[in-house]
Amino acid sequence: MSTPTIVGSLDDEQLPQTARRGRRRRASHHAEASTHHRGPLWTAAGYAGMVLVVLVIAVPLFWILLTSFKERGDIYVRPAQWWPDPVTGQNYRELTTRIPFFDYVRNSVIITSATSVAKIVLGVISAYALSLLRFPGRSVVFLVVIAALMVPNQITVISNYALVAQLGWRNTFQGIIIPLAGVAFGTFLMRNQFLSLPGEIIEAARLDGAGPMKLLWRVVMPMSWPTLVAFALITVVNEWNEYLWPFLMSDDESTAPLPVGLTFLQNNDGVTNWGPVMAGTVLAMLPILVLFLFLQRQMIKGLTAGAVKS
Amino acid sequence: MQSSVTQPQSATPGSGGPPPEVGPPPRRSSGRAWEWSLAALLLLPNLLLLIVFTYRPLLDNIRLSFTDWNISSPIANPVGLSNYIEWFGRDDTKIIVRNTLVFTIATVGISMAVGLGLALLLDQKLRGRNLVRSIVFAPFVISGAAIGIAFQFVFDPQFGLVRDLLARIGVASPDFYQEPGWALFMVTVTYIWKNLGYTFVIYLAALQGRRADLDEAAEIDGATAWTRFRRVLMPQLRPTTFFLSITVLLSSVQVFDIINVMTRGGPQGNGTTTLVYQVYQETFVNQRAGYGATVATIMFVILLVVTVVQVRFMDRGKQA
Repeated sequence: MSTPTIVGSLDDEQLPQTARRGRRRRASHHAEASTHHRGPLWTAAGYAGMVLVVLVIAVPLFWILLTSFKERGDIYVRPAQWWPDPVTGQNYRELTTRIPFFDYVRNSVIITSATSVAKIVLGVISAYALSLLRFPGRSVVFLVVIAALMVPNQITVISNYALVAQLGWRNTFQGIIIPLAGVAFGTFLMRNQFLSLPGEIIEAARLDGAGPMKLLWRVVMPMSWPTLVAFALITVVNEWNEYLWPFLMSDDESTAPLPVGLTFLQNNDGVTNWGPVMAGTVLAMLPILVLFLFLQRQMIKGLTAGAVKS
Repeated sequence: MQSSVTQPQSATPGSGGPPPEVGPPPRRSSGRAWEWSLAALLLLPNLLLLIVFTYRPLLDNIRLSFTDWNISSPIANPVGLSNYIEWFGRDDTKIIVRNTLVFTIATVGISMAVGLGLALLLDQKLRGRNLVRSIVFAPFVISGAAIGIAFQFVFDPQFGLVRDLLARIGVASPDFYQEPGWALFMVTVTYIWKNLGYTFVIYLAALQGRRADLDEAAEIDGATAWTRFRRVLMPQLRPTTFFLSITVLLSSVQVFDIINVMTRGGPQGNGTTTLVYQVYQETFVNQRAGYGATVATIMFVILLVVTVVQVRFMDRGKQA
């Protein structure tokens, strides 16, 4: 049997609490029981279902991709012409000349990397303090951190907008990044990870005279890489896709990330010139899809565990 | 065990001075102070960010809901309950609440039902299921804004994919851009398409953790497939269903990107405006931040109540 792509990643301790209840340790028993007696008709129905699902998901994406290589006349034609004839890179050229496309890419990279680094560092050190250091009021602090998960973004944007505007931080990177940098979910995720580490190892390291920071870097982190990678990936995906806050903060290409830049393009061209717009969406989807292709196990681990709030 | 260095100090017993630092108790206490300050140092940046950008605005938003603030002026006059009274009396409130309900119930219900169906399907031993699992999950990681823009073209009533497919079976495309009902349909379908992978993957994880032996036992007892599904499988998936009903509800109520790029809340003014979109429009487009804050507060209270009811419902179900 081929190596399971998604099963494997869902099969360890990062399952959401609720999904794990009543779970048995043996991993091999699942599902096999339900197929052995089924007839060929049932199997055929199963394959038909799979084909249908793939069509529903893939056809729109394929259509968008094809459109991005069509000449304008081939897009605005009825009945629709599916294959680009001739194949043209015109839309991609237009995309990069009509709007400052690479500025948006640059902004996306800056915002995503700065916010992700901030969130990962803050998440790790907060989780470390909340799991392996002893101090009064620890559980209260933990509650304050995770209760932030229950506050929807939409109720905070008005007041945050006012604050950031007052600071003169609209259309600046710090205005976009700093309000997004607080991390509740990642703290929760990493704290659970740190608490799951065997206490004897940590005690032994302490007795060997490892200071708190050395303990974190030399003992705790090396045992926590898989969870950290999952946390990092889900953070990068979320920040790359972040929309509402950068949309409110940026008026132009000086700070707007790619999804907001696409909105500007759509405002200008939209319905009347789909070609470059589709080329733009293809380029916006591509990096994350490539990342997903290579790291889907870790990503799914983070996203399923990251179910509470993105 | 004392070293010779400390000998002179301890040679004067009863002097009342603090014990030498080498003893375990004082060392622990100084270590503790150090631990406390380290914890404070590590936690402070994150706590400050959460307080300043999550908790402060939450409270400030409630305060603003009792004012006539316009987002740019430095002055916000208190207006008492008038924003709330206005909201409950306005004609568009009914439409917006209805849109929110339709969108939320459809997205939560359909994505959970279809997600479970797909999880059941792709839990079977079928060739290529791993690839299909990846394909189903992929849209979930793509930017909502990019998907929204792309699907606006997919639904283009003149030149879109949907029009083309419908034409092949001789059906005219509905006007997804101009008719409010169809526009809401378009936004709902797009949202489900993007987020299906999430419910799917969570249900799949739950299925893989279920007890197959119960199902076998029921089958030997002669239970039909439907009975086994209802009486054996669903009760086992109950915690997952509960978890999803809350998380999916919270995220679909909050959807902004897809609506903003696809319809801007239109057509006909508020054809696809949900509460969250109304918060944005009143605050940033109509410059009525006080009223926008009122809608945000109402939405927050509704979400809080719904979540509490869901938790209660779950608790009662557990006891039954």
